[in-house]
Amino acid sequence: MGIERAELIVGCEVHVQLLTKTKAFCACENRYGGIPNTRVCPTCLALPGALPRVNRELLDKSILAGLALNCTVASLTKFDRKNYMYPDLPKGYQISQFDMPICEGGWLDIDVSGTTKRIGIIRLHMEEDAGKNLHIDDRRSYVDFNRCGAPLAEIVSKPDIRSAEEASAYVQGIREVMRFIGVSECNMEEGSLRCDVNVNLHVTEGVGEFATPIAEIKNLNSFRSIRNAIAYEERRQLEEWKGKRVTLQMAGKQTRGWDDDRGVSVLQRTKEEASDYRYFPEPDLKPIVVTSAHVERIRAMLPELPRVMRARFEKDFGLTAYDAQVLTTSSSIAAYFDAAAAKSVDPKKAANWIQTEVLGVLNTQGITVDEFPVPPEDIAKLVDSVQSGINTISMAKDIFSRMINSNMSFDALMATRVQTRNADGSAIAAWVDEVLAANPKVVEDWKRGRKNAALWLMGQVMKKSGGTADAKLANAILERRLQALQ
Amino acid sequence: MMDATKLPVVEILSLIDDGKLSSEELVKAYRAALEGDRASAKPLNAYVEFFDDAGDLARAADARRKAGERLPLLGVPFAVKDNISIAGRALTCASDILEGYTSPYSATVIERLVAAGAIPVGRTNMDEFAMGSSCEYSRYGATRNPFDRDRTPGGSSGGSAVAVAAGMAAFSLGSETGGSVRLPASFCGLYGLKPSYGRLSRYGLVAFGSSLDQIGICARTAGDAALILSVAAGRDDHDETSADAPVPGARLEALPRGLAGLRVAVPGEFSGIGTDPEVASAFERVISLFEKAGAAVERISFPLLKSCIALYYIIAPAEASSNLARFDGIRYGARVDGGKGLFSLYSVTRDRGFGPEVKRRIVVGNFVLSSGYVDAYYKKALAVRTLLVRELTGLFGRFDLLLSPTSPTPAFRIGEKVDDPVAMYLSDLCTTFANLAGVPALSIPAGATKSGLPIGVQIAGKLFSEPLLLGTAAALRGEGL
Repeated sequence: MGIERAELIVGCEVHVQLLTKTKAFCACENRYGGIPNTRVCPTCLALPGALPRVNRELLDKSILAGLALNCTVASLTKFDRKNYMYPDLPKGYQISQFDMPICEGGWLDIDVSGTTKRIGIIRLHMEEDAGKNLHIDDRRSYVDFNRCGAPLAEIVSKPDIRSAEEASAYVQGIREVMRFIGVSECNMEEGSLRCDVNVNLHVTEGVGEFATPIAEIKNLNSFRSIRNAIAYEERRQLEEWKGKRVTLQMAGKQTRGWDDDRGVSVLQRTKEEASDYRYFPEPDLKPIVVTSAHVERIRAMLPELPRVMRARFEKDFGLTAYDAQVLTTSSSIAAYFDAAAAKSVDPKKAANWIQTEVLGVLNTQGITVDEFPVPPEDIAKLVDSVQSGINTISMAKDIFSRMINSNMSFDALMATRVQTRNADGSAIAAWVDEVLAANPKVVEDWKRGRKNAALWLMGQVMKKSGGTADAKLANAILERRLQALQ
Repeated sequence: MMDATKLPVVEILSLIDDGKLSSEELVKAYRAALEGDRASAKPLNAYVEFFDDAGDLARAADARRKAGERLPLLGVPFAVKDNISIAGRALTCASDILEGYTSPYSATVIERLVAAGAIPVGRTNMDEFAMGSSCEYSRYGATRNPFDRDRTPGGSSGGSAVAVAAGMAAFSLGSETGGSVRLPASFCGLYGLKPSYGRLSRYGLVAFGSSLDQIGICARTAGDAALILSVAAGRDDHDETSADAPVPGARLEALPRGLAGLRVAVPGEFSGIGTDPEVASAFERVISLFEKAGAAVERISFPLLKSCIALYYIIAPAEASSNLARFDGIRYGARVDGGKGLFSLYSVTRDRGFGPEVKRRIVVGNFVLSSGYVDAYYKKALAVRTLLVRELTGLFGRFDLLLSPTSPTPAFRIGEKVDDPVAMYLSDLCTTFANLAGVPALSIPAGATKSGLPIGVQIAGKLFSEPLLLGTAAALRGEGL
């Protein structure tokens, strides 16, 4: 009797550090890094007698995050103490939420290999971050409390995930949404997004189905390590099952750490060694009543989410899935494109321009779209001017760089050109003739059917006019002359 | 110069106003009383530190007054229990584990009193982390009762009560988790106020049982307590549990003080519990004073009061086990490294740093919160506490005051209960209900035994009824109490 089926079951716990001005329960600035122990106060250092108080921004950002994940917001929520001792946890307990989390019962849709899957979300709760232990050598350790008390939202998924790829897509989806709504930077290197996964197998063997012991794998700090750890754990548990046949009922849950260098998970604690956190309601903080009016006020701030936006871009503007993806990497780029597309006769062209030209400038200058000087309306006008033949591509590029460098608007730049625009047909005709005379080879190419040759000749005419020639008129004259030569 | 050391705050202020007394003279007199006592055969041991610069602070207050400044407590010296933070001063909670710790910030209540001109002159002895009813569990040794030096002053705020009773401060701050101000006030012949939960900010008070803790006041008169309360009370943004309730007025004359028509409940649960006959007769005298003045006194039954000690000794240790986890030897205070890694650093530091009663309560607290027991103990206690709050709210709908002895006995002997935790816990029999329900309670001096030991009675009222309690106490005094 062999194993007929071994289904991988995965659930994720994602910790997201919230972008609040101050820490969760004191007035210290909430920012990454800095000289150790410079952003601390009696409360986050847990000096005798100090008390916490709830940062309202923590509550509001948690509600926003929960709404973005389709959760229900609790009308009454409270904080609890999770008791355990560790040097980076100065109070000897973490203020967290136990049985009345701020948000429950949501979902996130993810796309894996062309199909959409809905991953359930059990809850989102508020808690505080710990400090950081720094081990200098075998004998000396230091603690930096700058991060201590930073606000976190912990998002717990249902065990709906069935592969390493799905887990990775789920966490990426959480990151995208959190960034899009502006509640977190979700930077895995800086630890503003951290992930633990719970993994086991449901093994079908003959008539029986067995669950292997759940392993909670901690310390996954890249998408690669999430995928590798799950893939490793799937293999390890299958081997262990074949060898020992230990079930979840027999062994319970164990905690394992992921060793990224060696590519293995290492047992840290079995069920018997698990801490008893002795949760109880935090007596220093009052339960919080969340009115439906409050929830609706926050819901009104919820922007269109990236998946919905991508679908709209594809449907309304005819964008490819790839283009829609590129243009929704951040909410500000998406908003920029959306504004340009709304004003443009050809949103697809606007999309191309933004992807190649605008994002190119952002990349080389190392600035964000919010710092980019050209408003999206001007991108629409610029793209449309090419479409209608007022500008050639090369002229448009020239105007684009002048808009960036001079901070002048598209209309202002065009107006200065109109003043000097040469609409004198005889003058333009003379330039056309000169160009044709000077480039007989190109004219021959055109006669043999190379349409690009006309574009090149047009460029020479514009160059001769110093950019002043009315492009439409010049094009018409050139066309006529070439037809005459045919 | 007169002996000003036993004068109430209100009289001190009027003497200073009249130029008959200076704050500096007063501090000097308190210090002299303290030094005289230290030289005696059985020193009271009220203070763990009388600040060297107290005289300088008093001189500065005198100068400010001379310059025309007027503040409600300008120049009034007071003593502070050693679990309330004062910026720049040591803070030990009478525990070895806080050895060497200096608080960088002041409790909100200290800030308010100092802003009103009062002068903290020293830190007073207490049971370690406020856990105890006799002021014996202290790294500084026991505090003695000035009325009989072989007896305890009660605890845990014993040092604060003795500092006032022995003429070493004008008033003092203590802290209450289950009666720790009222009990020593009653043993030392003072007024001891446990304000409503939320009335005074807890910011800067070292937490013991956070849902029960309140800073309390030891004073010579009800008027003093009213004045101090009016300065210290009010909402504090540093303490979410502090109340927005209107702050009571400072002037006693403005308080409700008619005894006629008051409805007073006397619960039978607080009598026949080994009550000392002299305490019982002093208590009966108070009842007859109420009745003579036209109050309606009714003997009632309130069975839940019997459960309060049990509730208290589940909830307070549970919260304490968590609150005291921060004393880990990592950031401040004593550290004893066992040399075998982190766990030995924790265990040796805490084993050496905490005394037996603190350890006992940490163990009990962790037990009642641990998985498998939390439902049977902690959660059940919370449910009964909710019931107590509901029933007391009902009671205070029918009655204005609940009246009882503060303690079934006068001050007991040093060493009498120190090795019998349960007997010690029963000292709080009549007091813990007020902390559990959050209501205010006041211990009032009600005479003394033949051997001269003070006796106290306690009145409690509904939430934020401190003006009624203080006014009633003043009225009883007027009736000859």
